[in-house]
Order: sequence, then C-alpha cells, then structure tokens
Amino acid sequence: MNLLNAVIVGFKEIWAHKFRSVLTMLGIILGVASLVGMSALVKGMENGMKEALVAIGGLEKVRLDENDIPAYQRNLADQAVGCTMNDVYALQKSAPMIKMVTPEMRLRDVTITRGAKFFTPYVFVGTWPNALEMNQHIVEHGRMFNEIDDELARNVCIIGTDTRDALWGSPDDLGYELNPVGQRVSIKHQPFTIIGMFQHYESERERKVRELAKLKPAPVHTNSPTRSKGWGKKGSSYVYTLKNSTVYIPLNTMWVKFRSTAGSNNIPDARLSALSVKVRDVEKLEQSIQQAHNVLMHTHKGIEDFAFQTQEDWADNINRAIKNYRISGGIIAVISLLVGGIGIMNIMLASITERIREIGIRKAIGATFTDIFVQILVESVVIAIMGGAAGLLTSMGLVHLLAYLSPTDNTPQITLNALAIAFAFSVGVGILAGLIPAFKAARLHPIQALRYE
Amino acid sequence: MALIEVRNVSKLYHLGGEEIRALDDVSLDIDAGEFIAIIGPSGSGKSTLMHLLGCLDSPSKGTLRLDGTMIEKATAHQLSRIRNQKIGFVFQFFNLLPKLTVQQNVELPMIYSGLSGRERRERSLAALKLVGLENRAGHRPMQISGGQQQRVAIARALVNNPKIIFADEPTGNLDSNTGDAILELFRQLSREGRTIALVTHDPEIAAVTPRRIEIRDGKIAREVDARLAGLDRSSRAPQTAAAASPVQP
Ligand SMILES: Nc1ncnc2c1ncn2[C@@H]1O[C@H](COP(=O)(O)OP(=O)(O)O)[C@@H](O)[C@H]1O
Ligand SMILES: [Mg+2]
Repeated sequence: MNLLNAVIVGFKEIWAHKFRSVLTMLGIILGVASLVGMSALVKGMENGMKEALVAIGGLEKVRLDENDIPAYQRNLADQAVGCTMNDVYALQKSAPMIKMVTPEMRLRDVTITRGAKFFTPYVFVGTWPNALEMNQHIVEHGRMFNEIDDELARNVCIIGTDTRDALWGSPDDLGYELNPVGQRVSIKHQPFTIIGMFQHYESERERKVRELAKLKPAPVHTNSPTRSKGWGKKGSSYVYTLKNSTVYIPLNTMWVKFRSTAGSNNIPDARLSALSVKVRDVEKLEQSIQQAHNVLMHTHKGIEDFAFQTQEDWADNINRAIKNYRISGGIIAVISLLVGGIGIMNIMLASITERIREIGIRKAIGATFTDIFVQILVESVVIAIMGGAAGLLTSMGLVHLLAYLSPTDNTPQITLNALAIAFAFSVGVGILAGLIPAFKAARLHPIQALRYE
Repeated sequence: MALIEVRNVSKLYHLGGEEIRALDDVSLDIDAGEFIAIIGPSGSGKSTLMHLLGCLDSPSKGTLRLDGTMIEKATAHQLSRIRNQKIGFVFQFFNLLPKLTVQQNVELPMIYSGLSGRERRERSLAALKLVGLENRAGHRPMQISGGQQQRVAIARALVNNPKIIFADEPTGNLDSNTGDAILELFRQLSREGRTIALVTHDPEIAAVTPRRIEIRDGKIAREVDARLAGLDRSSRAPQTAAAASPVQP
C-alpha cells in the first residue's frame, strides 16, 4: 500500500467518525493555539521592552563620558585634557570599527523664553547634524540644522515637542497641532530661530492609552474644583521624556555664543561634555570599544580620564526576562500539546480495538506489518495535522482576542517561527501518539484477529 | 513437484496447561488444478489445516512447502506476500469490509500488491463480471444478500490470480439454494483450471469434488480420489480432465 492510499484511508476513517475526530483534534488545536498565543504575547512584550532601547540609539551606540582619573594617575590630574574635538577627529581617522562619532557640548539650566512663557529642557546640547541619526531622532516639522548652520554658528535650534507644548501649548490644549518652525525664541537672552521640531516620542503603551482616551467621551464638567491628580498617571518612561525634552543647536553656535565665555574665570572651556560613537558591528562591540580606547589613550596622553557606557546590561536584562517568559510559557503550551497527543493515542487505541477484525481481514489478503503500521500511523498524523492547521487558525483569533482584551498593552505578535514550531510540534505529537497503537495493530496475528468478536 | 506438500505437520494449542492437538502428524500433497474437499466433523481440525495451508498460521511441527517455498521458515513479511500473491481466501462469514463498496473490497488485495488505480478498477470489474455482480459494484456489503456477498468474496479471492483458492465452509452461512449456486461457481472455476480446496463438514458438498480428504481428531482418516477409484467416472471425468490437463506442471 502506498502512502497516498494510506492517507485516503486515514481521511475516510476520520470522516466516518467526525464528532470523535473533532473532539480529539480539539486537544491539539488548543495546544497549538496556546503555543502560538504564548509566543505572540512574549514577542509583544519583547517589542515593548526593546522599543525604548532602540529609541536611545540601540546597542550599537556607546557613550563616552568623563570619568575620575584612576588612583595611580592622580599625580597627572593637572595634565588631563578631558574629551575634546581632538578625540572626535582621532576616532574618525584611526578607529575603523567606529562608524560614527557625535560630539556633544551641553549647557545646564538653560531657559528658553517666549514672551512671558518659559521652559527649561532636560537636554540642551550643541552637536553635529549627525546627532539625528546617532540618537534616533525623527524630524516631524522643518529640518535638522546642517553643516553650514554649524560652520556659520547660526542661531538656530531644533526642539522636542515639550518645548512647543510649554511655549505655545500642546495639541490637547489648543485642539490642533501647532507647527513652531520659523518662530523665534530667546535662549539666554539671545534670539534663536526654531528651524525644526522632532516628532512626539512615546511608547506603544502610551500611544494606545492616549488614543483610547481620545475615543472616550470628554469628561462631564462638574462643579468640583479642578485639581491636579499628581504625576502617577503619567508614568511615561524616562527615555521618551528625555527625548521630548531635548533642544539641539549647532556645536559651533554653542561654542561661540555660550561656551567660549562661560568657563571658570572666563577662560574658555573647550571640553566636550560627552561623545557618542556608533560601532560598525554590534557583534564586535568588545573589540570596537577596545579599539576606541586605544585611540583615545593617545589623545589623552595616557591618562584614562574617560569611561565607556553601553546599553549591554539593559539588553541583557531584556533578554533574560524574555527567556524566562519563553520557558514558562513554552512549558505550559507543550504540556497542553502533550495532553492533546495523549488524547490522540487514546482514540487510536480505541479505534484499533474496534477494527481488529478489519485488520485481520486486511492481513489475510496480504497486508504486511508495514502496511498496517503505516495505515494507523498516518491516521494519527492526519488527525494531528488537521488539528495543527486548525490550531494555527485558532491562534490568529486568540491573538486578536488578547489584543482586544487588553488594548493598552503591547500588541501580541505572531512570528513565522512560532507558527512553524507549533505546527512541527503537533505533527511530532501525532507521530508519537500513533506509534504504540500502530505497533499494536500491525503485530496482530491474522487468525486471532479474524476470530475476534 | 506438487503445488503444496505437507509433511508430518502438527499444530498444538496450549490451554491452561492442557495440550490440544488440533492437527496430528498430517501429510498430504495438492497438485495444481485439483479440486479437493477437506471434510470432517466440527472441531476435527479442518480450519486449522486450512490456515496452515493458507499461510495464515505456522505449524508446531513438520514442514510445509507451497509452490517451492518452505512456509515454516518464512518471515511474517514473506507470508504476507505469499497470501497476497499466491492464495485466495473465501470465509464462512464473507469477511468483507463494511465501509468499502463491493468494488473497493475486490480491489483491496491489489492495493497491497501495489497495482495502479486503473489496473485495479479494470481487474476488479472483470472479477465481478465473472461472479455475475458487475452491476453491484457501487453497493455496500450490507446492501446485498448473503449469497452475493460470498460472490464478492470469491471475486476478491480471484482478483490477484492466485495459485490456489481456499474456501472454509463457504456455504455454511447460506440457505441451500444459494449455497448450491456458490458451489456451482466453484465447479465452474475448477473447470477453468483453478486449484481449489474446499473445507466443509457436509458430505453432500464434499461429494461434488473429485478428491476428498476426511479428517478426524486432527488426523487424516480417509482419502477418496474418484479418479483413482474409478468411481463416478460417468459424471466427473470430463471435469477432472479439464481441471487437470491444462495446468499440470
Ligand atoms: N486458538 C486456539 N486455541 C486453542 N484451541 C484451538 C484454537 N484454534 C482451534 N483450537 C482447537 O483445535 C481444534 C480444531 O479446531 P478447528 O480447526 O477450528 O476445527 P474445525 O474447523 O474442523 O471445526 C478444536 O478442538 C479447537 O477447539
Ligand atoms: Mg472450522
């Protein structure tokens, strides 16, 4: 008997016991659906955890900060130069594993004013145009300043939405999105033109909460006094707050207009506050940092007054958490698949007991051990495959249901991998479940099987 | 060399420490083209002998040779192939598969011998025609009478062109008229040169065949060969001649 015949016989047998077969499949359907659903939930969580990591520049971004000089070099403290533009040029020239370097010169407690309104951004930084790519900023209105703006030290700035919200009003207050490009503001008593604004950054969860709130009817106005209900509700994550509260100006503007006169005792301070680099290949993070370190040891005259900061810990924590979710979710799903498999085995054992006479007849007219074995095994696998396919469909529905039940959580995401693994698992369970019944049936002695009543 | 050679075959069953000799030191030959009846009272060991001859079971002692193959040494797989290719069975209780149609039942042996779908359909229709049931091909076994079911079983036994057909009480479950018609079918097949071994407890049925083997308590009690004894020559001689001549090795 060839495989096609076995499959046809298997389908007929399943069709002849539709209700029983569907009940049996249900175990596999639920198992596959829970496996795919679990993995989709975990994938959604992973996306949520990683989006903030991506928003600050990803794993390939490494920050270089000033650091205390190690104890054995304290005597050289007065020769320490700190981070300067020399480091930037040296890294560009001599560290091929570094893809991009962005200098940052920062000013603290800067107030931006427009008429009577004022705002103090968390981050007020003079930098290069490539800061846009380095820090994963996206321009919503206008443009980023360019090399010419930098060269000419123009009084231009690009702002995050917080500045706009504070000086003009947020879309919620105004009822429309105000575009501040072209407006003039005063920064430390110097006139600046806003030439661009970043998009509003928020996590997937924040966006969903906001969109959901928009759909709800506006709160009915009551007579109770309006009051602030505290910060608890905001709960936005640190990374997005920081990015929304950012103002960039060209590095040269920062130097010429603010820094050159701001050093202690009016001695210009040419040091950079920080330096960001992007490595070419995250897989070689370790070597890339080592290379940058070697270059910098030259420009710093051997004094190690700097330190590298990566997001590896953060990434590790995410990966560890995801792994734990995967394992616990996977165990539950696999157990339910195994239960489904036991269901199949049970029904196959019952089925061959009902068909002992049939098996005897088939053997009497020439069916071999293999013929019967394959016939029963194929039947069990066909049940599992049908259950698996139905389970895949069910899992799509399940994921929609999950997304519907908690609309503000990260959307569960079905991956092709999860589908393939779940399907392969159901087929494997079908094979395992069919082995024992198939062996029992194939081993039957023809005479005893024919005599069986 | 005979088609089947049975030498000193015994079959023992053990029931709760007690030993039952279902067959006790049986020897016989069956030539190609013979029409033979195995007769004896119920429980005498006829079915046991037929199962051994038909490769459904293996002997406890002795040797069995079918078409040159030593049965007692063959593997289960080889026995399956022999049953499929060289033997056709007709049982008392028809043993058709109720879920399949008449034609699918007849096709079943050819599925296990790996014939193509087209060849299966052609040969099964031809076999059904031979037993006069070509117009019942699409029916289920439950939708036709017992005599017709037994004809389907005969068609199934014939379809792979076996060397020998075994029938165990083929009329035992039929009324006498349909039983006679089935017997007539066997005689016709025998006239066409097929080798047939018929198992029965009914001496009237056994009287149809030229050669009879009587079994009692697992032993061959008597052997009657109409051809050798010169009995019944008037009515049987033309048939036996037809049965014996074209297929003698
Ligand atoms: N599987 C078995 N186990 C024990 N005894 C058996 C078995 N099969 C047959 N026998 C015994 O062997 C003897 C012959 O049986 P059988 O060949 O079926 O007789 P018949 O077909 O002539 O009526 C009987 O006594 C029967 O009880
Ligand atoms: Mg019997």
